[in-house]
Amino acid sequence: MHDAAQPMGGLGWITADEDGHCFAPLLPLTVRGLCYEAGGRNLVDGLDLDLGAHGISMVMGPNGAGKSLLLRMLHGLISPTAGQISWGAAPISPRVRQRQALVFQKPVLLRRSVGDNIDFVLRLRGRASPGRRDELLSRVGLLGLANQPARRLSGGEQQRLSLARALATEPEVLLLDEPTASLDPASVHLIEGIVAEAGRSGVRIVFVTHDIGQARRLADDVVFLHRGRVAEHSASQDFFEAPASEVARDFLAGRIVL
Amino acid sequence: MAFALVASGDGDLYEIIGLSLQVSLTALFASCIIGFGLGTFIAVTRFPGRAVAIITFNTMMGLPPVVVGLLVYLALSRSGPLGVLGLLYTPAAMIIAQTILITPIVTALSRQIVEDLFNEYDELFRSLSVPTLQAMGAVLWDARFSLITVALAGFGRAIAEVGAVMIVGGNIDHLTRVMTTAIALETSKGDLALALALGIVLLAISMTVNALALSLRSTAARQAYA
Repeated sequence: MHDAAQPMGGLGWITADEDGHCFAPLLPLTVRGLCYEAGGRNLVDGLDLDLGAHGISMVMGPNGAGKSLLLRMLHGLISPTAGQISWGAAPISPRVRQRQALVFQKPVLLRRSVGDNIDFVLRLRGRASPGRRDELLSRVGLLGLANQPARRLSGGEQQRLSLARALATEPEVLLLDEPTASLDPASVHLIEGIVAEAGRSGVRIVFVTHDIGQARRLADDVVFLHRGRVAEHSASQDFFEAPASEVARDFLAGRIVL
Repeated sequence: MAFALVASGDGDLYEIIGLSLQVSLTALFASCIIGFGLGTFIAVTRFPGRAVAIITFNTMMGLPPVVVGLLVYLALSRSGPLGVLGLLYTPAAMIIAQTILITPIVTALSRQIVEDLFNEYDELFRSLSVPTLQAMGAVLWDARFSLITVALAGFGRAIAEVGAVMIVGGNIDHLTRVMTTAIALETSKGDLALALALGIVLLAISMTVNALALSLRSTAARQAYA
């Protein structure tokens, strides 16, 4: 838990955990000239992006725009073929990754009970305690299912468990890759509530979505990707009321964007 | 008559059954220690020659028992490299032979199971920066039902084989005689009742093993762990 922050001469702010270990700040995020090539195609093509220290950024765009790839590269699961990603002043590394959490579109759950899925992460981070586990499960409305096999949960419950597991790492940055895709409205509502609450508690959220309504409800700013580049990055209100790019206008109007 | 022999509690018969179980279970234990470790290592790490190792273990699943018996015999015979140990024609030699015979089975099957599950968990583990040893432990634990089935398959192979234990054990009465070698001997002598009695027990053990495997699979499926 990063519970203390203090100025550090010339380098901005440093944060310290309960044991007094100091960390350079993860944010702002700076991405320059990011490229990812596969099969002779540039799936991400010279992408530049700056994200500030606070809020919920929604990443939108048509299929194949590079949204999920961007998220995976930001998290260090995929190495870009060119370009730079700087979290604060640092490139992505296991240490930086430990201060982030990623929720996948398709939940990857251990073949264990709901509670054991949370315990695994808490033990990994040296914070295991039944109280903490129950608090997290309660936060996502799964406390009553703690002893159920995780893979027997419904799609929405599985995604909430993934979210609780991500929050168990106490991330500074939470990356979400379409966590509500193909879920029913009630599940979407629950997950949005959890994400919004995490955002309010100071977790920086980067949320990939196709859902325009969801972006309107949650976004502080919107990053609109098209053909592997940032077509537009603006404050939520500006994006929805007066999109600057033609592709974003077409997308919001429900026209097919290729 | 064979059933009567089984039911009679004949001392010789149960001595043979006891030694068979002792040898095969010990070999299975050793194979699981080696095979699960080796299979998991091959599954989760990348190293030069990995593909060759996989092909080798897959091929060795079909090792002919008599060949294994011959190799162990050569190694343990008085003039062999391990002759000084004096293990030839002892249960220990039979355990060694059976271990060599079933370790490739346990290794190859567990490698496949662990690799499939590890691929499923891979991005999650990398996202959480799970250390390799901890990841291996987690996958082994989560695959435990499937791995028990692998162990049962190995046990089935060990308890039913005759060639290797015959060569390195010698089928010595009250010392190295196990069910399969006894069946071969009693059949050749014409004592079909004892041979059949042992065959019945062997079949019963085999059926129990299969029932256990099926039951474990069902349990795993019911609990959605499989």
